[in-house]
Amino acid sequence: MARKAVDYKGSSDYIVSDELRNSVNIAIALQKPLLIKGEPGTGKTMLAQSIADSLGLKLIIWNIKSTTKAQEGLYVYDTVQRLYDSQFGESDVSDIKKYIKLGKLGEAFLTSDPVVLLIDEIDKADLEFPNDLLWELDQMSFYIPETRETITAANRPIVIITSNAEKELPDAFLRRCIFHYIAFPDPEGMEKIVAVHHPRLEKRLLEQAMETFYMLRSISNLQKRPSTSELIDWLQALVIGGINPNKIKQDLPYLGVLLKKNEDLDIILNQLHGKAQSRVQNAKGSFNRYRY
Amino acid sequence: MFTKFYYTLKDFGIPVSFNEWQLLLEALEAGMAGSSLTGFYYLCRAVLVKTEAHYDRFDQAFASFFGDIETPEGLPEKIWEWLDKELPEMEVSEAMRANHQQLDLEELKRMLEERLAEQNEEHHGGNRWIGTGGTSPFGHSGYHPGGIRIGGNTRSLSAVKVAGMRKYQEFRTDETLGVRQFQVALRKLRQFTTRLDGARTELDLEATIDKTCSNAGRLELVWERPRENGIKVLLLMDSGGSMVSYSRLCNQLFTAVNRSNHFKDLKIFYFHNCIYDWLYHDPSCSLTDYTETDYVLKTYDSDYRLIIVGDASMSSYELMRAGGIIEWGLYNDKPGIDWLRRMRQHFEYSVWLNPIPKNYWNWMEGTFTISKIAEIFPMESLTVEGLETAINKLRSRQAVQV
Ligand SMILES: Nc1ncnc2c1ncn2[C@@H]1O[C@H](COP(=O)(O)OP(=O)(O)OP(=O)(O)O)[C@@H](O)[C@H]1O
Ligand SMILES: [Mg+2]
Repeated sequence: MARKAVDYKGSSDYIVSDELRNSVNIAIALQKPLLIKGEPGTGKTMLAQSIADSLGLKLIIWNIKSTTKAQEGLYVYDTVQRLYDSQFGESDVSDIKKYIKLGKLGEAFLTSDPVVLLIDEIDKADLEFPNDLLWELDQMSFYIPETRETITAANRPIVIITSNAEKELPDAFLRRCIFHYIAFPDPEGMEKIVAVHHPRLEKRLLEQAMETFYMLRSISNLQKRPSTSELIDWLQALVIGGINPNKIKQDLPYLGVLLKKNEDLDIILNQLHGKAQSRVQNAKGSFNRYRY
Repeated sequence: MFTKFYYTLKDFGIPVSFNEWQLLLEALEAGMAGSSLTGFYYLCRAVLVKTEAHYDRFDQAFASFFGDIETPEGLPEKIWEWLDKELPEMEVSEAMRANHQQLDLEELKRMLEERLAEQNEEHHGGNRWIGTGGTSPFGHSGYHPGGIRIGGNTRSLSAVKVAGMRKYQEFRTDETLGVRQFQVALRKLRQFTTRLDGARTELDLEATIDKTCSNAGRLELVWERPRENGIKVLLLMDSGGSMVSYSRLCNQLFTAVNRSNHFKDLKIFYFHNCIYDWLYHDPSCSLTDYTETDYVLKTYDSDYRLIIVGDASMSSYELMRAGGIIEWGLYNDKPGIDWLRRMRQHFEYSVWLNPIPKNYWNWMEGTFTISKIAEIFPMESLTVEGLETAINKLRSRQAVQV
């Protein structure tokens, strides 16, 4: 079953940990979908791009939304167009094939070269969604009753699936995947990631910003901890704003770039300065609901 | 030997299916573990563990199993030995069970000693007791960091070291997590109405098109009954004095429930320590703003999923006696326990969530009332895992024994 070793090594614009690289290669070799979880902004989506770049393959992205149905990934039968054509068009409606539009999965199966297929944010869809794809992902083929055709993958695509853990995924689905949780990068790893985006950052600024960033992350009960993409944006803001590195820790400039929730801003200000105390207590009634 | 690793994983609460185990074997045979224990560690984890919530268990299992191996350069003998062996038996034999139990006793003693020694050295915040209790007969991290030699490359840590660091501890679902995780758990509380009753109000596009097509284009509309979540929730929260210590946790649940917009109906009431004649509209339990418990019992049908959140800790008379109510100036004819029984009898789908971790239920001041109430309501601790279990219980009628 194992496929000859293709070795994913990471790419210049994407920093990959040994752990993650390992999991990618295991999934490729075992020909199993790789399920990636991790905090928002930890590079889940970008991983697929990096794999495609590194292996020189085409990337096909299937973005999942709450209304996405598994069927759409295979094919859609455009009955409305056919109806329309039968009433007003001159084209031949007896050729059903014309009205079958392949979805992303179908597309990935039909391309002659192997591809990387990214099923992004699978947890957005209905609870049943992953189960509906079990067979197709296992067999890498599906049947179109309307045209009596079976579409089979010429080359098994490398399937990367990401999830933000909005819903639990069904066990039957999980059993068929290789799983990897992208741990939040430690400062050392983070410096490498930052260097990809801001190669010429002043050392002192980076140092102070990183310390502040990890300090903020360590504060418990934040609703949304700042993550990689926010750090990258924040550094940008600090540079553009010409902020004095020595002021970063005490002034927390552009804090809104890091923290997107008002409650979180309050919590931080409260913990750091003992200010805004009254605000925290009054703003959200629920905060003190149980304190008597 | 390999079998033993399999059982160690199981003992630590990692569900491993036959298919996954076989996939691991295939991968090992294909040489995918490389030639190091570290490679083996990552391979096993990638293939066998399907949620970050189990990473920590896996680390513990791994560390406990390999703890006594000095990290060698190559793949340890032990693993090669396994590969010669058969697949694990999937059934647990009597002998095996006996074996395990014996092991447990010895382990348990040793563990206790270790723990006591440890607790003298550093403060562990009690978490380890909570984290591992119950799940595993080997519920300890019996690795010996001192005995691990990091071989060759100093930058890459040995697998046992990595495992021993327990980086993923915070993802354990049996420890309390935030609002978001609660929300995710609550989403499972859904039950779609059948398409058998109700008005047909939704245009069924597919069927309409089908019908119209088969009519050679003459429009025929087909209507469907909409499917919606039929779950109704009644949430009762204790806001008594002893709940103060759990305010953050309860707030998180409260927020999560409030944000869950998938319930057909959500009603929230408060009580003080125990439920008596009145249920209050806000957490201050002000005596002017309440609904009679009788009214709730009469008005809300037994379809409502009843979730009670409270520490169930009170003086025994508050629960057992008429007049036991803690409020000055109030009197109850019926003891609290009668009210609880009536609630339970009426609401067949009901659970009690206790913010006190389960391991402490037998050791707290409230032990007596906790155990009494747990006889009436299925009780779970207010953690993500506890909530998940509770929600499973809310999906089907529980046998009522009151
Ligand atoms: N390992 C990395 N190397 C380089 N850049 C990274 C890395 N991880 C994250 N980033 C940066 O963070 C941004 C967010 O990454 P990405 O969109 O892949 O995250 P995600 O995990 O998919 O997030 P979400 O859960 O919000 O979809 C990327 O555009 C990139 O700039
Ligand atoms: Mg993404």
